[in-house]
Amino acid sequence: MSERLDVKKTYKLVVNGAFPRSESGRSYEVARANGGFLANVAQGSRKDLRDAVVAARAAQAKWWGASAYNRGQVLYRWAEMAESRRGELIDQVGLAEGLKKKDAQSSVERAIDRIVWYAGWTDKVTQVLGGANPVAGPFFNFSLPVPSGVIGVVADQESSLEGFVDAVAAPVCVGNSVVVIASERRPTPGVILAEMTATADFPGGVVNVVTGLTAELVSHLVMHEDVDGVDLTGAGELGDELAHRAAGSIKRVYRPRDNGDEDSLRRLRTFVETSTVWHTIGQ
Amino acid sequence: MADDSHTSELGGLSYDPAPESRSIARLAPSYGLFLNGEFTPAASHEQFVSINPATEEELATVAMASASDVDRAVASARRAYEKVWSKTTGAERAKYLFRIARLIQERSRELAVVETLDNGKPIRESRDVDIPLAAAHFFYYAGWADKLEHSGFGPRPRPLGVAGQIIPWNFPLLMAAWKLAPALAAGNTCVLKPAETTPLSALILAEIFQQAELPDGVVNIVTGDGTTGAALVEHPDVDKIAFTGSTDVGRLIQERVSGTAKRLTLELGGKGANIVFEDAPIDEMIEGIIDGIFFNQGHVCCAGSRLLVQESVADEVLRRLLRRVDQLRVGDPMDKNTDVGAINSAAQLERIRELSSWGEKEGATRYTSACELPDRGFWFAPTVFADVAQSHRIARDEIFGPVLSVLTFRTPEEAVAKANNSKYGLACGVWSEKGSRTLWVAQRLRAGVIWANTYNKFDPTSPFGGVRESGFGREGGRHGLEGYLNV
Amino acid sequence: MAPLRPVDVRDHGVLLPAVISVPAISNEDELRRVVGSLSGVDAVGVESRVAKLGTRSLKKSTKMSAIDLAISMVDLTTLEGADTHGRVTSLCTKARRPDPGDLAVPSVAAVCVYPDLVAHARRVLGAAPVAVAAVATAFPSGRASLAVKLADVAEALEAGADEIDMVIDRGAFLAGRWGQVFDEIVAVKAACGTTHLKVILETGELVTYDNVKRASWIAMLAGADFIKTSTGKVAVNATLPVALVMLEATRDFAEQTGQLVGVKVAGGIRTTKDALKYLVVVNETAGSSWLTPEFFRFGASSLLNDLLMQRRKQRTGAYARPDEYSGD
Repeated sequence: MSERLDVKKTYKLVVNGAFPRSESGRSYEVARANGGFLANVAQGSRKDLRDAVVAARAAQAKWWGASAYNRGQVLYRWAEMAESRRGELIDQVGLAEGLKKKDAQSSVERAIDRIVWYAGWTDKVTQVLGGANPVAGPFFNFSLPVPSGVIGVVADQESSLEGFVDAVAAPVCVGNSVVVIASERRPTPGVILAEMTATADFPGGVVNVVTGLTAELVSHLVMHEDVDGVDLTGAGELGDELAHRAAGSIKRVYRPRDNGDEDSLRRLRTFVETSTVWHTIGQ
Repeated sequence: MADDSHTSELGGLSYDPAPESRSIARLAPSYGLFLNGEFTPAASHEQFVSINPATEEELATVAMASASDVDRAVASARRAYEKVWSKTTGAERAKYLFRIARLIQERSRELAVVETLDNGKPIRESRDVDIPLAAAHFFYYAGWADKLEHSGFGPRPRPLGVAGQIIPWNFPLLMAAWKLAPALAAGNTCVLKPAETTPLSALILAEIFQQAELPDGVVNIVTGDGTTGAALVEHPDVDKIAFTGSTDVGRLIQERVSGTAKRLTLELGGKGANIVFEDAPIDEMIEGIIDGIFFNQGHVCCAGSRLLVQESVADEVLRRLLRRVDQLRVGDPMDKNTDVGAINSAAQLERIRELSSWGEKEGATRYTSACELPDRGFWFAPTVFADVAQSHRIARDEIFGPVLSVLTFRTPEEAVAKANNSKYGLACGVWSEKGSRTLWVAQRLRAGVIWANTYNKFDPTSPFGGVRESGFGREGGRHGLEGYLNV
Repeated sequence: MAPLRPVDVRDHGVLLPAVISVPAISNEDELRRVVGSLSGVDAVGVESRVAKLGTRSLKKSTKMSAIDLAISMVDLTTLEGADTHGRVTSLCTKARRPDPGDLAVPSVAAVCVYPDLVAHARRVLGAAPVAVAAVATAFPSGRASLAVKLADVAEALEAGADEIDMVIDRGAFLAGRWGQVFDEIVAVKAACGTTHLKVILETGELVTYDNVKRASWIAMLAGADFIKTSTGKVAVNATLPVALVMLEATRDFAEQTGQLVGVKVAGGIRTTKDALKYLVVVNETAGSSWLTPEFFRFGASSLLNDLLMQRRKQRTGAYARPDEYSGD
């Protein structure tokens, strides 16, 4: 009896809760870290990014309109989905990063636990980053963190899942929506995780992922005026130039720091705005 | 009412019985104590009965824990703390709590039925308020377990150790969640003592702990009566006591605990003032008054049991209130259309009757709902006393039943003074469309919780607790961690 | 202006006094005094009351009689530019006999059509106990002169309409010209004479509950027989919270004046479940006096089929097949 032929996966984009091919019709080859063909992945275009930003903007109002509790439940369910499909993630991380199964497994477990960590932040950020202010006058004054809006993410090029989780879950847990340019050479774990947002009850458009050639795509995302902030972690040498371009629309910019000493909340803080309200107190 | 054609009752559409199915409950005939991860009889094998207060039928028997059982429970909690829980990372503790939250959600219908049978509260409330909030508390505190360094209590706040927790009968599962979730998130292990008349939902929760694979001994449950609670309070190897119940018992506990190293938080009684200004949104305000005192049959420490209404609108408010009271559906708690259920016990019913009788003795005007009450079970018709004065017993003493006392005021200052004229200070309500005045009043009220244009709203993120003789310490929110950390 | 009628606190119920005493409104100042002194509406409070009422469980005989009641309250509606005599014939045939397979099903309360189709509707219905309601006054926008609006009404009446559904001038309302809104309703009511007048507030355009409450009072003070939520032609039509606010307004108006004004909810009510939720709201706010087609209506088209299917299911125990019910 001949060996069973397996059904190969076609990797597509994740935009607005759906899984389209690139409007450009292009694809490119992604190789395993240790050599050999892994998959053909959609080569996204600036128009795909444009569509993703439109979807992200529309979805963000709905996402922020849900309660913090609800957002936490959705993120926790994302972790549930990832846990139940951990086998697939372990395989892909192993192939994408050239890791032995044991190490790939640890990486995936850390990534899932990290999603759980973020799930618990949704209804606490306000208490940690906000508060009442004792102004010198008869006013009730309070400050609240509100999400910046739509965040463009250039995902970590090397860390195919853990890096992806941090860059996506941080802005999302505080109420933003994201448009992610996935790692160019290691996109598949992130795309799989993004597919799971559909079964985790995320509103379509909160998490959007466009795969493709980083250098070709990044400046379009960074210069898009309807993107409120950018995470340039995966931009590498292009980082300085992109940060310069982001200044054109006064975007909030997140860049990794050289000393590696990372305050775990920095990403959360970068992508919220503080809104302060005064209300008179008097009979 | 003299003329039936002017009925204010639900004449047009009378609702046929819509009973929830009792068989969902799956109660065992008897339960042991929950010690070290398993159910085990009390050392004396003594059991007591838990009944359904709406019908007086027996639901199950549960174990009566003696001092030696409490000792076993504390030892189990201590062992679990030393050997397992204090070595469990915050991220892992979080995942246990997330599991528990999910399991509560999955078994929510069953828990709601058990809660209604054991407590007497309407199934609509167990289903829509008690159980969802219980799950939400576990969800919320799960998320703090691995973020304690961000909670504002220093870079490495440590737990206290073993917490002894005594909870009341009015929201049995929810009170268990309010106690256990923050304690476990902070890294403590627990010995929980449910109320004597409502032990069952806590025992189902114990099954959930087993399903969640919570390590043995992290939570122990000792069912019993006042002596069980006293044994827990006095146990030398307990680091923290948390109590919710009456001010009288809270006072005794504080006396016992003073001079020891035990930390203490108390959530006690109240005589909440619902303050209605003339510019209140009238129909929503009436609902809020009703909800404030008749929700949960008035068995709520933060109940709005005093209505302070601005004199200029007092008559109109009272008229609308009484009309609305007559519309309340009082009866079988298992009926989905019931608004007001049974009084939890014969003892509580007697207390309510006795205190209410003072209303008339002291000269207030009594109005009682025209509802029909079932023959069996413990029932009290929703009651409103008008023309109440500050000095009346029914304006000062907590009745803990469906009885509202109505007083008037003229100015905001007078409203504040009357509201604060109480040894209690748990909750108040303020009804007005003028934000500045609401905030002005809120600033001056001596209460731990102030609701504006709403009442009886609870959320795991929102700190709850009282001032003065309503207790100290807060449950819910970031503040709710403080009582379980060594800070 | 008549003061609020003093009531004894022992009179808990909705009392309908023998003497009718509508506040006499002869100018905008008096109107503003009455309408401007109404208490505000807390949106969170309204919505949570509606949510709680939505948990009422109607079973067995309650559900059966509620379904029949709902059917008898339907104003079966067609208001399309593409309406023809043929369309109206189908509609009216269904209105008088909603389920040809079951003659026990009550007929609906009315059909609702544009004025130029009233005469045909009347012909098809013959002597059936189904009223013909006509929308008028430049429905749905209301953007025309008063003269044009009154001419619209006159034609509908001449064609034999039993009921007129008018629209208020929302532009005038939102610009604060309450007197103009009031005067137009008075003029239309005068033109109607004894013909029953429904006043469409277009609550979706009024947006806030405070506005809905004020517009309800303006309409009632001006002589409306019914206040109606919507034209069905805008994005947001009838909602349960809006209905609650309107029913509370009619209850209070009845207590003060003795006059019962009906409420019609229109647009977006498609299922029996929705309809029963509305009946619960009526039941527990305004009360039993409004639980009749004389004082409560559903402006709907597809709702009727769902009511018929649910009615069938209550009797046979099986879910029905939508295809068996006529699409008209």
